[in-house]
Amino acid sequence: MSAADTTTPTKVPPPRQVPPAPPAAAGRASGTKRSGGGAVPWALLAPCLLILAVVLGYPLVRLVTLSFQKFGQSQLWGFQPAESVGFDNFAKVLGDGEFWTVVVRTVVFAAACVVFTMVIGMLIALLLQRVSGWVKTLINIALVASWGMPIIVATTVFKWLFDSDYGIFNALLSKLPGVDMIGHNWFASGPEGLAVITLLVVWGAVPFVVITLSAGLTQVPKELEEAARLDGAGAWGVFRYVTLPILKPIVVMLTTLSVIWDMGVFPQVFVMRGGHPEAEFQLLTTYSYDRAFVVNDYAQGSAIALLTVLLLLGVIGVYMRQMLKIGEVE
Amino acid sequence: MSTAAVSGRRGSRLGWNLLGLLVFVTAGFPVYWMLNTAFKPAKDAIDPDPSLLPTSVTFSNFSRALDIADFWGPVGRSLVVSLTVVVIGIVVGMLAALAISRFAFRGRKVVIVGILAVQMVPLVAMIIPVFLLLNDLGQYDRLTGLIITYLTFILPFTVWTLRGFIVNIPRELEEAAMVDGCSRTTAFLRVVFPLLAPGMVATSVYGFIQAWNEYLYALMLMSQQNQTATVWLGNFTTKHGTEYAPMMAGSTMMAVPIVVLFLLVQRKMAAGLTAGAVKG
Repeated sequence: MSAADTTTPTKVPPPRQVPPAPPAAAGRASGTKRSGGGAVPWALLAPCLLILAVVLGYPLVRLVTLSFQKFGQSQLWGFQPAESVGFDNFAKVLGDGEFWTVVVRTVVFAAACVVFTMVIGMLIALLLQRVSGWVKTLINIALVASWGMPIIVATTVFKWLFDSDYGIFNALLSKLPGVDMIGHNWFASGPEGLAVITLLVVWGAVPFVVITLSAGLTQVPKELEEAARLDGAGAWGVFRYVTLPILKPIVVMLTTLSVIWDMGVFPQVFVMRGGHPEAEFQLLTTYSYDRAFVVNDYAQGSAIALLTVLLLLGVIGVYMRQMLKIGEVE
Repeated sequence: MSTAAVSGRRGSRLGWNLLGLLVFVTAGFPVYWMLNTAFKPAKDAIDPDPSLLPTSVTFSNFSRALDIADFWGPVGRSLVVSLTVVVIGIVVGMLAALAISRFAFRGRKVVIVGILAVQMVPLVAMIIPVFLLLNDLGQYDRLTGLIITYLTFILPFTVWTLRGFIVNIPRELEEAAMVDGCSRTTAFLRVVFPLLAPGMVATSVYGFIQAWNEYLYALMLMSQQNQTATVWLGNFTTKHGTEYAPMMAGSTMMAVPIVVLFLLVQRKMAAGLTAGAVKG
């Protein structure tokens, strides 16, 4: 799929499709060609679509079929054929109280991550407009360093920061008068441990938000803010009624991406808990993994994964609409 | 801007700067602490009252990190996988990006929305069917299997980002070249391609970083003997406990090249990502 395609662009036959701009006649001509469709774009798309169909399409379909089958260890080794069991897997999963606990935990966790990421990101982006150049440079260096850190390295570092006996966090806290946190195990309880993981996720996610929002903030016309200020708007008023509406498309995009990423948090929890997250730490992702690869019930794991995707689709439905709009504009 | 606002700003500049420094220290601390621990003697790392500033510098943690498990094998495998994925991704992705950004055809909207939607499927949800697929194909524990798998997230990303860069190159440039007698292909090669090159480099580097950093598939689909760089970092925790100082040295070795690569391309990428997403 590589060598042959590398040369494809040079083989593309000349014009055929004329950009619609210049003379009116040409525009109309291209219009008719457009409706007829073109072989060229499809030829260009073919390798990409082919690969995606194999590596993404097929597993997606398999995910769905799998969740309607009985598929355990013996089916994996081929001792038994996978039989269809209808909605049994879903009934089992949805009837399980633990599943709902995990759903609630995942939603709360993801919501906390998204809200903190967006609020802190916005605050830092606004702060960057007000500090001197050298402070801005320093902050940018710190942000890019934390953005570029591989998740797995960041998780390892946080594990060290929050180590119960030798972690610097406990040592620093204990420096406060009347606090002795040495030996405090942050991962003894689910909520505390997940709070640390939230911090880790937010720390890694804020830089992208700050840098994107900063770019957006430069697009906000100074005159508009000035006019609002002259009309008596306070700092909050200017932000709420001038800056935020202009940034809205970027904020919507960032929030949606954050939702997708934070609902999909896996390595952070998995590595933090040494590959075996306790019941109190399970999120939908680890729960599905656990069902499939620890309990060896691949079908139930798939059902959970599918339900996760559906939940995600529901949450980001708004963004989907915007995507459709992008498709229309072009 | 009124003078009152300016002088008010100057007065509060100091306050903002202090706040900014606080942000700098907080955001940078984990990275600083990783480096600090990596270079301090292992026994200082388990001092219950650690000193915040570096005390003495040693490289022994790095040699210990290299000893604990084979380092260059995993790094080599990660390099092979990431580079192959990026090359395939860029070549195939470039063609697709051209198709959706420079051609009008029926079904284009569906393709665009499809490529966007595909990026929303969480990787974790796919792990079960991907595992079964590779198992059936006999590609489990093979680098080729991992490469195929990584294309699931690298390819849509590449197409979408390259599209963002192409859309920003005015069509008129190509048209002008074609008016001057270039064919569509030469117009692309001589006009668009040079303008696109920085974007392509940035996309490749970013894609490389993503592939390099991937953990879940690498863990699931490769055995201990064939582990890749990210999974290698797990070797510091054994049943006897965790060797934190060498682990931080290992983290440093993993992170520094990636962060440097990232620094080189991030400005370009941030522009490309937002352009792709916001600009219609």
